[in-house]
Amino acid sequence: MVKLKNNSLFLKHFVLFLTFAALASCAEKKFAVTKIEGKEIPITDKNAESADIENFIKPYRENIDKDLSMVLANAPETIDKSGEWQTPMGNFLSDITFEKSAKIFELRTQKKLDICLLNHGGIRTIIPKGNVTARNAYEIMPFENSAVVVGLKGEQVIEMIVYLIAEKKPHPLHGLTFTITKDNQPKEIQIQGNPLDMEKVYYVVTSDYLVGGGDNMLFFKKGVEKYDLDYKLRNIIIDYFKENKTITAGNDTRIRKE
Amino acid sequence: MKRRDFIQKTAAGTAFLGLGSLSLSSFKTINTKHLTILHTNDVHSYIDPFPANHPKNPNMGGVARRAALIESIRQENPNVLLLDAGDIFQGTPYFNYYGGELEFKLMTMMRYDLATIGNHDFDNGIDGLYAQLPNAGFELVSANYDFTNTIMNGHVKPFKIFNKDGIKVGVFGLGVGLDGLVDKKNSKETVYNDPVSVSQDMARVLKHDKKCDLVICLSHLGYKYKDDPEKICDTKLAALTKDIDLIIGGHTHTFLDKPTLLKNIEGKDVLVNQVGCYGLNLGRIDFYFDDDAKSSQGTSIVI
Repeated sequence: MVKLKNNSLFLKHFVLFLTFAALASCAEKKFAVTKIEGKEIPITDKNAESADIENFIKPYRENIDKDLSMVLANAPETIDKSGEWQTPMGNFLSDITFEKSAKIFELRTQKKLDICLLNHGGIRTIIPKGNVTARNAYEIMPFENSAVVVGLKGEQVIEMIVYLIAEKKPHPLHGLTFTITKDNQPKEIQIQGNPLDMEKVYYVVTSDYLVGGGDNMLFFKKGVEKYDLDYKLRNIIIDYFKENKTITAGNDTRIRKE
Repeated sequence: MKRRDFIQKTAAGTAFLGLGSLSLSSFKTINTKHLTILHTNDVHSYIDPFPANHPKNPNMGGVARRAALIESIRQENPNVLLLDAGDIFQGTPYFNYYGGELEFKLMTMMRYDLATIGNHDFDNGIDGLYAQLPNAGFELVSANYDFTNTIMNGHVKPFKIFNKDGIKVGVFGLGVGLDGLVDKKNSKETVYNDPVSVSQDMARVLKHDKKCDLVICLSHLGYKYKDDPEKICDTKLAALTKDIDLIIGGHTHTFLDKPTLLKNIEGKDVLVNQVGCYGLNLGRIDFYFDDDAKSSQGTSIVI
């Protein structure tokens, strides 16, 4: 009997204590951090695979594979990125981007396109000799950039040329040709075979990335007119592959160094 | 650890002195909790592993493997918070073909709890992001993007509070400056607000008003900009704010061997972490808590 009494007394204290603790925790933070461990876990082929996830991905993957693996055209020779002032890949991309964009631009605005300028760094890979698929287009151009036409005055065309000489990169170029003299000055500047007219507005198709200041092509910011073609650069490549069974690059010289 | 062992032993000793086993089970030693934060960033639609002949990341990554790894960690500790710091979209044909549907569905299957919005998540326009929301079984948070005048209005909250086994965790999101990064035709009327003042506000609300035990910032600001030291980034944010315990970052595709330990404006510890990109790694940060008031003085950080 005595024992029981003691027990109930203890319980009373216990309840009181718990109530107090609960009140205290409402008034302030309950938990404090005592230890932190941080690490990075690499995901490699040593990790097991979740079968559920793999089975879920499979139909999506197969659908894309079927589409991307379909042979659209053939390249009799490898189109690579070698060259100091122009490359086969650069010539190919600037030529087809000009051709495809010119049609849309003329249809929409009744104006003639003059130049195409893209960036060398934007060409992510080459076209190897053999069958050409849409997968090639994704590998060349994984980004979602699209074609934009900018109207540039003669002065900005000069800025573009100065930029190209200073950059010393084989940026893809179509419609504009010039010679770099021994003291790094441009001469024999021609646009569509005609001498540069400082008063004229030239229409240059390029990537929205470059118009936005990418690769420091700041002359595009001084454009006097701008037209979004809403045509992805990758879709230009895919459409060209679909319409042309044999894929070759133009080997003409656009920038000549004395 | 030694101190805790000591306390546990002391408590056990008290029990031995005759409290009775019934009361002991409810009035046990210190209440200890374990929370595991798992995180990814800049996965960029990389769903399949890199091929064996890939020059940079051979045989790395892959969602099916990540899912199995996350599951094994959940078996070990069910108290998991799985977070993504943005740029879920863009990088493989999966995004070009399905617009983010598969990315969101797989994240839902892996039971992601929360993500923030990266600049590339605008790549199909804000309408493209909105269109994928039904596929996301997790929420998006951003405290410094104001979506009021966009289709996303009401679909992105500034923060979310989780209760994990009694631990209150507040997570708020931050997005990177949109100018020069996201085409206006994609972000439309989204307004970018200063991340520092927004974070000061969020941290105060979460730590003091909402009484969170842990405050996490899920950021797509970028780790650090060497060429532009004035630009706001996670490491600067850590030093300029208070009441943030952990910043999980993205955007700069920064690979860190271990989380970075920094001091906040009050001289208190802040951890900053980022795990590169493309789902090559999973970040893991374990927090151990106890409810003993006296223990709050010391936190051991093992990184």
